[in-house]
Amino acid sequence: MSATTSPMQAGTRENEAAMQADERVRRLSRWHGFVNRPEFGSIAGTMLVFVLFGIFAGDSGMFHLDGVMNWAQVAAYLGIIAVGACLLMIAGEFDLSIGSMIGFAGMMMAVPSMFLHWPIWLSVLFAFAGCMVLGWLNGYLVMRTRLPSFIVTLAFMFILRGLTLVLSTYFSNSTIVSGVGEKVGSDPVVSALFQGSTLHGVFAWLARVGIIDKLPDGEPIVAGMPKVLLWWWLMAIVAGFVLSRTRFGNWIFTVGGDSAAAQNVGVPVRRVKISLFVFTAFCACLFGVLQVADVGSAAADRGLQKEFEAIIAAVIGGALLTGGYGSVLGACFGALIFGVVQIGISYTSFDSDWYRVFLGAMLLLAVLFNHYVRSRATRSR
Amino acid sequence: MRMRWISTLLAGMLAASAAAAAGPHANERYVLISHAADSDVWWNTVKNAIRQAADDFGVQVDYRNPPNGDLADMARLVEQAAARNYDGVAFDIADFDVLSKPAMRVTAKRIPLITINSGTAQESRKLGAIMHIGQPEYEAGKQAGERAKAAGIKSFVCVNHYSTNAASFQRCKGFADALGVDARASMIDSGVDPTVVASKVSAYLRNNPGTQAILALGPNSAEPSLQALQRMGRAGKIYFATFDLSGVIIDGIRKGYIDFAIDQQPYLQGYISIAALAIAHENNTRDPTAILATLKANPKFQARLKDYGLDPIYTRDGVSSGPAFVTKDNVDTVAKYAGQYR
Repeated sequence: MSATTSPMQAGTRENEAAMQADERVRRLSRWHGFVNRPEFGSIAGTMLVFVLFGIFAGDSGMFHLDGVMNWAQVAAYLGIIAVGACLLMIAGEFDLSIGSMIGFAGMMMAVPSMFLHWPIWLSVLFAFAGCMVLGWLNGYLVMRTRLPSFIVTLAFMFILRGLTLVLSTYFSNSTIVSGVGEKVGSDPVVSALFQGSTLHGVFAWLARVGIIDKLPDGEPIVAGMPKVLLWWWLMAIVAGFVLSRTRFGNWIFTVGGDSAAAQNVGVPVRRVKISLFVFTAFCACLFGVLQVADVGSAAADRGLQKEFEAIIAAVIGGALLTGGYGSVLGACFGALIFGVVQIGISYTSFDSDWYRVFLGAMLLLAVLFNHYVRSRATRSR
Repeated sequence: MRMRWISTLLAGMLAASAAAAAGPHANERYVLISHAADSDVWWNTVKNAIRQAADDFGVQVDYRNPPNGDLADMARLVEQAAARNYDGVAFDIADFDVLSKPAMRVTAKRIPLITINSGTAQESRKLGAIMHIGQPEYEAGKQAGERAKAAGIKSFVCVNHYSTNAASFQRCKGFADALGVDARASMIDSGVDPTVVASKVSAYLRNNPGTQAILALGPNSAEPSLQALQRMGRAGKIYFATFDLSGVIIDGIRKGYIDFAIDQQPYLQGYISIAALAIAHENNTRDPTAILATLKANPKFQARLKDYGLDPIYTRDGVSSGPAFVTKDNVDTVAKYAGQYR
């Protein structure tokens, strides 16, 4: 069930000796404890990827501050949905509608504000509410029909992608709705939450004292900390805390391990799974809203194939496709690997036709390495 | 052990691709970023063109595109180009809103920028680009219309398969203005389904038997329209003009069914953008007139134009890659290089 190998609370001193004999409760060294955690493989994989790019693209600007911000943003966007996908996978379900939900969330935010003249804060709330209702519907249908979530959410993948196209062509006669960026910029609350970057003063100061580079006009090379990074860390910390430190987190592992057994010991299986579908939809919506605020437009093809990337990030991070095992930290490192590989290839001199080949090979390498390290670590205990 | 083998392989490939350029400018590196997905064939010509420009000027060049055609990913690639400190960046203005912020990153670092393909010269200036290399759509339509007028055409139908695109309407309007007729009245919104396009064209021609000419806006409308004409037995009897090229269009020109095609010469968009960036870097200038003067005098560039039968149109402060007209006279050169350099 729980993946953590936290040492059991030993009862009394007299029991200690008897317990040492039982291999299930023996104490492990700190190193073994760390190595056996699900995220260890992905942390090792991340280091491997950094070493490889350090060799092939070390002098290309990839590891300068603006280069780091560039790929960190890609990882952050993916990380946000990977956190949601990871919790859902630990609970033993998939959501293939994440990518389409991203596009649909963007449209739900853009269309009311651009064509129905809603204030932008209302349309953002509408997008979040709409996505969470859709997430609930996904979860309800899966639990009610007992069909595999793979099939149910696959249907929503098509339905939502189609609706996104319908909405945009109906209202704007085009597949792209532009001008949302200015609307977001004009609302202090929404732009403070979702648009651009923050901590500009800190970066300006760092540039003044010469720690970071300056542009020719004297501005710091990076305007600030992109908000998407802060959102990613916030989501990761909250989800990580819930998963490893709360009763609900234990329920997630239990439900994914064996949902019938969980039901029998009184875990509200249906509520746990449905709320995780809602959470995944929330993550997808957050991705969509952040992206629309950042690039300034919503389009019908946003978020294409992101559901697979999120699942891949969770799997690299040590989550099992069968459920019951995984970690949020691992998924975050999985997203980091994916982001670094995706953008890093552009920093090397490889022809872009080879992009997918390298992406696939790097992912395979990261997963194999992850698997190798883990099996080695578990064998030698 | 296995890991070492893989890294040796990677290092080998890296060395192979880096060895492509040699000479005094071999460590200059330029990039062209497009919005098109991997499967888009039209951009293959551009890709080939930038490789040849890199060979001619002894520089290195990268082609980057979002694999799924997602514009948000393209914006990231433009930012990435700025972070990598390329010596010059070229991209197409697929969406002005999405790309204006990333373009600012490029210009803030004083990296020379050139825009190509879609977008207008005005948008290009707003982004801080040196010049824009594309085809002014209204102008292209108008020149085509003037050609038709010279052949004695007084009425036409515009088969518009992409009516949501503003550029499509510009093409029709230019043609209509040259003939002096109303563009809206002579346009059909055909959609892209070939069966529907063909039936809409034949319906229009039955209802308006006096129509003298057809203007198709690309292979998607030209090919079904031609099929409809063949079924009605009117192929070769009605004046037929189309935008862009394809196998069927080239064949139609050979057989005399299509009078001419308007080609925006994608090769030039790729070649000139890289060549101009290299010249801007070498001569340390941002003046489009000076850059183009140097380019025009370059014997290698002249040889490429001659080989592929290309014809750029120089304006006061830039260059247009089109319109160029493909007729029965030059169709053989075009056919030889279609999909590669034309």
